[in-house]
Amino acid sequence: MGTDTTTFDTTGRPPFLAISLLSAAAIAYEVLLVRLLAIVQWHHFAHMVISLALLGYGASGTFLTLLRPRLAGRWSAAFIANAMLFGVAAVVCFKLAQRVPFNAEEVLWDVRQPLRMAFNYLILALPFFFAANAVGIALQWFGGRIGRVYAADLAGAAIGSAAAVAALFVLFPVAALVVAGIVGIAAGAVAAWELGLARRWPVTLAAVAAGAFAAAAGVGERPALSPYKSLSQTLRIGGTEVVAERASPLGWLAVVESDAVPLRHVPGLSLTARAEPPAQVGVFTDGDGMTAITRWTGDVSELVYLEAVTAALPYRVRPIERVLVLGAGGGAEVLQALHFGATAVDAVELNRQIVELVRGRYREFSGRLYDRAAVRVAVADARGFVAAAGEHYDLVQLALVDSFAASAAGLQSLSESYLYTVEALQSYLAHLRPDGMLAITRWIAVPPRDMLKLVAAAVDALRASGVADPGRRLALIRGWQTGTLLVKNGEFTASEIDRLLAFCAEHLFDAAYFDGMPAALANRFNRLPRPYFFEGTRAIIGPGRDAYLARYKFGLTPATDDRPFHAHFFKWRTLPEILALRDSGGMPLVEWGYLVLIATLVKALLASAVLILLPLWWFRRRNGPTPSPVGRRRTLVYFTAIGLAFLFIEIAFIQKFILVFHHPVYAVAAGLTAFLLFAGLGSAWSRRYDDAFRRRRGVALAIGGIVTVGLLHVFVLAPLASMLAQAAPVTKVAAAIGAVAPLAFCMGLPFPLAMSTLSESAPRLVPWAWGVNGCASVVSAVLATVVAVHLGFQAVILMGLGLYVVALLAQPTGQRVGASGG
Amino acid sequence: MPSRCVVSVALLLAMSPAAPAEDYERNRARMVELIRQDVADTSRYIGKASLDDRVMDVMGRVPRHLFVPQAQRRLAYENRPLPIGHGQTISQPYIVALMTDLLELTPEHRVLELGTGSGYQAAVLAEIAAEVYTIEIIEPLGREARARLGQLDYANVHVEIGDGYYGLEAQAPFDAIVVTAAASHVPPPLVRQLKIGGRMVVPVGTEFMVQQLLLVEKQSPDTITTRQILPVRFVPLTGGH
Repeated sequence: MGTDTTTFDTTGRPPFLAISLLSAAAIAYEVLLVRLLAIVQWHHFAHMVISLALLGYGASGTFLTLLRPRLAGRWSAAFIANAMLFGVAAVVCFKLAQRVPFNAEEVLWDVRQPLRMAFNYLILALPFFFAANAVGIALQWFGGRIGRVYAADLAGAAIGSAAAVAALFVLFPVAALVVAGIVGIAAGAVAAWELGLARRWPVTLAAVAAGAFAAAAGVGERPALSPYKSLSQTLRIGGTEVVAERASPLGWLAVVESDAVPLRHVPGLSLTARAEPPAQVGVFTDGDGMTAITRWTGDVSELVYLEAVTAALPYRVRPIERVLVLGAGGGAEVLQALHFGATAVDAVELNRQIVELVRGRYREFSGRLYDRAAVRVAVADARGFVAAAGEHYDLVQLALVDSFAASAAGLQSLSESYLYTVEALQSYLAHLRPDGMLAITRWIAVPPRDMLKLVAAAVDALRASGVADPGRRLALIRGWQTGTLLVKNGEFTASEIDRLLAFCAEHLFDAAYFDGMPAALANRFNRLPRPYFFEGTRAIIGPGRDAYLARYKFGLTPATDDRPFHAHFFKWRTLPEILALRDSGGMPLVEWGYLVLIATLVKALLASAVLILLPLWWFRRRNGPTPSPVGRRRTLVYFTAIGLAFLFIEIAFIQKFILVFHHPVYAVAAGLTAFLLFAGLGSAWSRRYDDAFRRRRGVALAIGGIVTVGLLHVFVLAPLASMLAQAAPVTKVAAAIGAVAPLAFCMGLPFPLAMSTLSESAPRLVPWAWGVNGCASVVSAVLATVVAVHLGFQAVILMGLGLYVVALLAQPTGQRVGASGG
Repeated sequence: MPSRCVVSVALLLAMSPAAPAEDYERNRARMVELIRQDVADTSRYIGKASLDDRVMDVMGRVPRHLFVPQAQRRLAYENRPLPIGHGQTISQPYIVALMTDLLELTPEHRVLELGTGSGYQAAVLAEIAAEVYTIEIIEPLGREARARLGQLDYANVHVEIGDGYYGLEAQAPFDAIVVTAAASHVPPPLVRQLKIGGRMVVPVGTEFMVQQLLLVEKQSPDTITTRQILPVRFVPLTGGH
């Protein structure tokens, strides 16, 4: 080890429980922060802040490298201090970040906004930094037991991710965050007892004080919503208040009533509508995306206003008895179905709490809507329900679930949705009765994006279902605000088209497409500079589709289950034009979600470069026995590759799980837990490889296993996953965990094996490698989404496997570098 | 963009709370030129090469800096929306000008506005039309706007505080209606309170970004057309049409 005098504790027992508790608290902090930032801002900013906050891991590696000599002999105190600092910071930093009035929409105009955003990154990264310090310290301190330390870390993370998701069912997110902070602080005290420190009582008292402080800081703290979210806007109206709240991992629900100004939520209501909606109660999810519960006595004549929206089209085209409403929410589409005389309505809603509100608190108010004989409610994911359904319907109606503001500002561009993929549409079509219809209502954007992309998806779905001439089965209408696409299980008849035209004329909607439609009808009432929707739909259905999609300045290639980004329309070549127009009305054309992702990737790469290079500069400056350049290079490539690869594979598998479980929350919880747990077991197993040579062989075996099992998944198991659609949940969980177990076990090996070798041959590189791995994880989380958007999740998995092969080729040799002085 | 950042930083650093009156006038004249340029650039999409001279004249007269919070005054004549508190904004001057122009106002016209906000749009309308009735749902905002418009002697602006969904039946019908605070739909009563031959403008988008302007023209009680105007020089296909 040359002059590297740091000694390692090879006799004592690492504080496994404390490490696990801290890791559990740290990953819970991450899960809860994503939730909280989705409430305070919007989804994609949560994504960005989290990935940058994870830089705390990279920074920790640098910090430990620089402070390593000073920490020698003070490992236990440093571990305990960092655990407690994590716990306090988790609560206090969130509280501080909440006080920063950041407004995403002003970023390009107001120089203070990027500064505020940067402040938020730094402040929210601090807790990660402390947690990573503690784990990094343990890895160095117990150099000979890295496998077990890492196993404790992963096992804790596995439990923490599941616990955080579970906690969200019973606690509001801020309260859960306080609990995570207290668990982190407790980890410090537990370490003192596990290590048998003489000062364990004072440490315990300090932990109690810190826990009390964190609890006091968190009590009464509520998510400070952006003033521009729709809930904030609604609550500005006098007499309007939140009368009930519910929280679950699916979102924070705020139920809003007004005794002065009634809520009137009828998107797309015709300008000539005579009737107005009755009183309504608004249910906001994460402060946005309102669904309305409507007062109803059971008399369908009260619902006449629902005739004057584009979504009423299918009922006017042909008689409808059996209806399936996907995304039923507060029940507007269910009311509409009953108004038009449907005799059986299946209403599918993912969020149980919304259904419980309609059935419980608002049971009488809603006219017992969800308890009527004609209505059957299922709490389920839309895709899952359809896959398992044995029934066939006259109408499958996809409700308008997202808010206009979020849709208009491109805020959901990176939220994956399996509702609008080609495969999804195929499965809906497969559940239509002969001549039944699928109806999808969306907000109208000008120039068109969303709607034309849906048309393209419908065309692909019809072709994939064996329809030779999809154009004869499609019809599209639009008002100024919403548009409705019909896809029929059969060709539209002349009389149906006549009824469509009559409906449009009555409510001043425009026909945008049906087979043989004269161009003169396309732009009559709601005039656009050109009949974009008509021209676009005709082009997409016709032979010139590819040329049209290429010429169009937004991406309209349909979403698939492998690339489920329906709201992503970004094309790089359009960006300069839009940015040049930013001061003259071009801002709404910018797709913020994607640009923020790219900006995040660039920042993560830059920050990682600094954090990785800084210790190298320091090595040189100290003029000490620096690790050999070859050793450094191999270490860098190896830990970068496995850091990128682990998250690539984990993220892509969680996406695949969403399709198997048909529930995003369970998929994320089961995916994270299974990966971390089995990787932890793999890590614990790694201690069996007790010398550098055997470890190298272990890495080769592990990576061979990863690649083999990974390829098996991609080419053999994934196509079989759809067979599980109708299986019982227990079977699905067992199958998914069984599928992941061998892969994750192997993925748990490369990190501790190489770390153990490094701790013997070049101990000064241990914290640096930890930092490199942390930085790679940060980049990976963002990069995986970028790759998925462009190439799909399958490609993410294949790239992950490729990166493991790179790691295999680059793995550190195990030659002692300190001795050579190199 | 870098120059904008430099300017903004300089503004942040500047300690004086307000600019001299002549600075405001100069900035306002520059703002009018920016609007003129934007209109020329988007002429093909908004259907005209320039806005009505009266509208441009008014944009050059109404003291926008008096309608924004003190802290924002330095930015009052930038061609951008500004936050005015209560989660609301004052629209980009170019959009205000375009909306006013689309209404084709004459000095005899009576105008209804939903969503008073700071009162700036109402002031611009009041410079051309005979009477402007404006309704604000957020009480403190409405009170502030009423006081501000009173101080500026806009005697022909009448600020009401409350729910604008039913318009103002007592003052109806209106020659023009501006709905800057549309909820999920245009309230049907407002369409009914619009005169035959009247025009209604609805900006569609978020607080900071207007995606399109909806122009509603009422030819008869049952004949209503809308035009969806994209206020930007942009065609969705390469090579144009």
